[in-house]
Amino acid sequence: MNVVEIANSVAIAAYVVAALLFILSLAGLSKHETARRGNRFGIAGMALALGATAWLVVAALWGEPHGTLGLTLLLIAVVVGAAIGLWRAQRVEMTGMPQLIALFHSFVGLAAVLVGWNGALGDAHVPDELVGIHSGEVAIGIFIGAVTFTGSIVAFLKLSGRISSKPLMLPGKNVLNVAALVVFAGLTAWYVIAPGLPLLIALTVLALALGWHLVASIGGGDMPVVVSMLNSYSGWAAAAAGFLLGNDLLIVTGSLVGSSGAYLSYIMCKAMNRSFLSVIAGGFGIEAPKTGDEATGEHREIDAAGAAEMLKAASSVVITPGYGMAVAQAQYPVADLVAKLRARGVEVRFGIHPVAGRLPGHMNVLLAEAKVPYDIVLEMDEINDDLSGTSVVLVIGANDTVNPAASEDPSSPIAGMPVLRVWEAENVIVFKRSMASGYAGVANPLFWRENTQMLFGDAKDRVEDIVRQL
Amino acid sequence: MSRVGIVAERAGETRVAATPETVAKIRALGYDVVVERGAGSASSFRDPAYAEAGAELVDREAAWASDVVLKVAAPTADEIALLTSGSTLVALLAPAQSPELLETLRARGVTALAMDAVPRISRAQSLDVLSSMANISGYRAVVEAANEFGRFFTGQITAAGKVPPAKVLVAGVGVAGLAAIGTAASLGAIVRATDPRPEVADQVKSVGGEYLAVEVAEQMVSTDGYAKATSEDYDKRAAEIYSEQAREVDIVITTAAIPGRAAPRLLTAADVASMKPGSVIVDLAAGSGGNVEGSVAGQRVVTENGVVILGYTDLAGRLPGQASQLYSTNVVNLLKLVTPGKDGTLALDLEDVVQRSITVTRAGETTWPPPPVAVSAAPAAPAPAPVALPKEEPRPGVRTALVLLGIAALFAVCAFAPPPLPQHFLVLTLSVVVGFYVIGHVAHALHTPLMSVTNAISGIIVVGALAQLVAPSVLVQVLAAIAVLLASINIFGGFAVTRRMLGMFAKGGPR
Repeated sequence: MNVVEIANSVAIAAYVVAALLFILSLAGLSKHETARRGNRFGIAGMALALGATAWLVVAALWGEPHGTLGLTLLLIAVVVGAAIGLWRAQRVEMTGMPQLIALFHSFVGLAAVLVGWNGALGDAHVPDELVGIHSGEVAIGIFIGAVTFTGSIVAFLKLSGRISSKPLMLPGKNVLNVAALVVFAGLTAWYVIAPGLPLLIALTVLALALGWHLVASIGGGDMPVVVSMLNSYSGWAAAAAGFLLGNDLLIVTGSLVGSSGAYLSYIMCKAMNRSFLSVIAGGFGIEAPKTGDEATGEHREIDAAGAAEMLKAASSVVITPGYGMAVAQAQYPVADLVAKLRARGVEVRFGIHPVAGRLPGHMNVLLAEAKVPYDIVLEMDEINDDLSGTSVVLVIGANDTVNPAASEDPSSPIAGMPVLRVWEAENVIVFKRSMASGYAGVANPLFWRENTQMLFGDAKDRVEDIVRQL
Repeated sequence: MSRVGIVAERAGETRVAATPETVAKIRALGYDVVVERGAGSASSFRDPAYAEAGAELVDREAAWASDVVLKVAAPTADEIALLTSGSTLVALLAPAQSPELLETLRARGVTALAMDAVPRISRAQSLDVLSSMANISGYRAVVEAANEFGRFFTGQITAAGKVPPAKVLVAGVGVAGLAAIGTAASLGAIVRATDPRPEVADQVKSVGGEYLAVEVAEQMVSTDGYAKATSEDYDKRAAEIYSEQAREVDIVITTAAIPGRAAPRLLTAADVASMKPGSVIVDLAAGSGGNVEGSVAGQRVVTENGVVILGYTDLAGRLPGQASQLYSTNVVNLLKLVTPGKDGTLALDLEDVVQRSITVTRAGETTWPPPPVAVSAAPAAPAPAPVALPKEEPRPGVRTALVLLGIAALFAVCAFAPPPLPQHFLVLTLSVVVGFYVIGHVAHALHTPLMSVTNAISGIIVVGALAQLVAPSVLVQVLAAIAVLLASINIFGGFAVTRRMLGMFAKGGPR
């Protein structure tokens, strides 16, 4: 047995252990207590897989004519990649997390496209009877990778505000999407029968365009679902690469990520009371905008001093943050406010809507960053029944997730979406920059409820004002 | 600016519609307030206290001539004659039971708001007099029972022997029932409760009682927050339970009432006769026919076998200070609702379901009964019940067909594809299933870390790219190297950022 064969057996064994570690990692991530351990399992699994494969590559390249180039490239790629990754991870603001994760997804997508192209360009030593299947795998791998790549890029651009987050409305967009799929199926069949590079280029371009269009036509409010869906796609891209290369570890890991991402998106859709398919197809924006009898009313304003007085007199306070808190970077002053109020013996809790923010769990990450203890951060279902007994609710940068129209106005576009019933509390203070409507483009009757007061201005400044008054 | 008049009640009614405290709140809404002299004396609120709160003390006629008259009990014909046409009366009117009263009010041109017709929706809880009065009645029922009962409620072992705890049965777990359970339990009694709605079991437990379920194949889910009439099967089984319990318990408190109808008969004369001498029954529904055979509205009755049946209908009024305080707060909340401008002008908005429901006469018209209001009373269903969108669910047949089609397709692929494809499919399917289960119960707060970890893990594609570095073609090697680079960013960045995030999550007790 030569070195390459030994390295090969070691790699296969390492892959089995790595796959197991990845499963343990995901399982660990489902609870606070085990989350850190889960992350360590993931790192261990990845180190094992990477190490074993690297050894395999080194063993195979050692002494070969093209070995020097290969080994140099290997070293440079890993070191540079690691450096960039660690640098970005250290630098990123917690509010910028959604963009970063979307960007990372695009890397996996692009890597999958490259692996697919390599599968076509390189000599894979495929037995004759498997050539057709190999070509099919190449096509599918490139397709999924390319959709993930451009989709994630668009999501990244939307989330970082570099392009407008309004949904793109091409006429007959659903037809376009379906047509793209049909053409893809045709191209794949053609490529299987008669492989040729022009075909592969056409297929890649088609997939890139489809990915772009899919995400461009989804509005900013649905981004948590989109990010989680792209996460799923990046997994499937890895799984497709696994089929192409006959590598079980890739298949296992890719489908783990793919199915868990899909399930996560499904949970989010359920939280918004929407069909999974309609979000993916970008269908949400279509049924808006309601015309005619826009219900309006008068709102009442309050200043920071008044809000502080109200909070001093309160026995229990619930804070419901939204994307606006992330935008204003208000999590630190909010944490200060919470600490001050708790020191005064006021019961303070957070109520988090499942789709608050632009990423699943976005609010929790921000509050954790500001060292808000996680046991006072509650989910919508846990807090909703307590809201009627709450003295003051602070709505910080949230809009659609606290809109009473969702439960009271059957004609509202967001009717039936579960929302935080903040209007049942004794007093509601809404922190907002203006009276504009939220992402869903729906007017919010909460603002002119009798027990609601508006506190206009930048959320961070206003919260700091209140903290000073206390 | 309108004038609000607080009038004195007739003899027998101890409550008053406003306390000095709420007079101040009514004035804050922009109204002038006048109080009939002596209005609060039965509830220990003295005239000077009202004057101090800013009210003007006036005589009977002047108080009744106000623009808005606040009262507790329904007015008599004489009193209605004192009202001015176009004025507004707020009182307990029992509109379903008193059509003549409504007719008199209508003829007088009075806008009448019935405090006891508030719909049971969350928004209207602060005006719900029935709840606030029922709470007091439930408490007082236990106190009355304790007064009549010749023994302790709590069990004790003393030098003079052992005292068993009293056993209390509460029939009907509404607000009054819950208050009674809580009060009796806090006195140390063993409390059991019955109710046709199984969803109250947790509420009973939460106040220290034990819920006796009536086991029949029928579950009543309340849509309007009140109990409804029950089926025959249910009644039969329930009657058996009451008979069993009657022989065993010392105190029975019945609170079963169905709005607008006679109270259901829960205990028969035979059941009462089977109770131990010295036992006490408090029938809170005596006023509407009684839950107990032999109870007399407003009377204390002693049966032949020495069981005391209390049919008092003024239980809430027996705590006049407390009842007035709660009633008057409900009234203030109503005034807040109908005074949107806080400018002392009463503006009824009949588009609002709450205001529509309580308005029983207006501008010479009788507006009772209001259109029905469906509310969700089941706390178990947090989903917004009033609106249900027609959802496009695939029909079960279609769904089954799709699943079968998927399985058939997988089968076909695996059967006809050459190796190693079938093995790969096996691995794929198993991993998909594992993926679903593994994150099935992920805490919501961890969605972001989970996503960044799965993102890092999907960087595993690096393994594929690395393998391609071996290829002899330079182009392939370079492309593979780029893929390795991208995937590495992902792996290292993903894990590092997850680590950073998880480091922030900290559990904290009170700081």
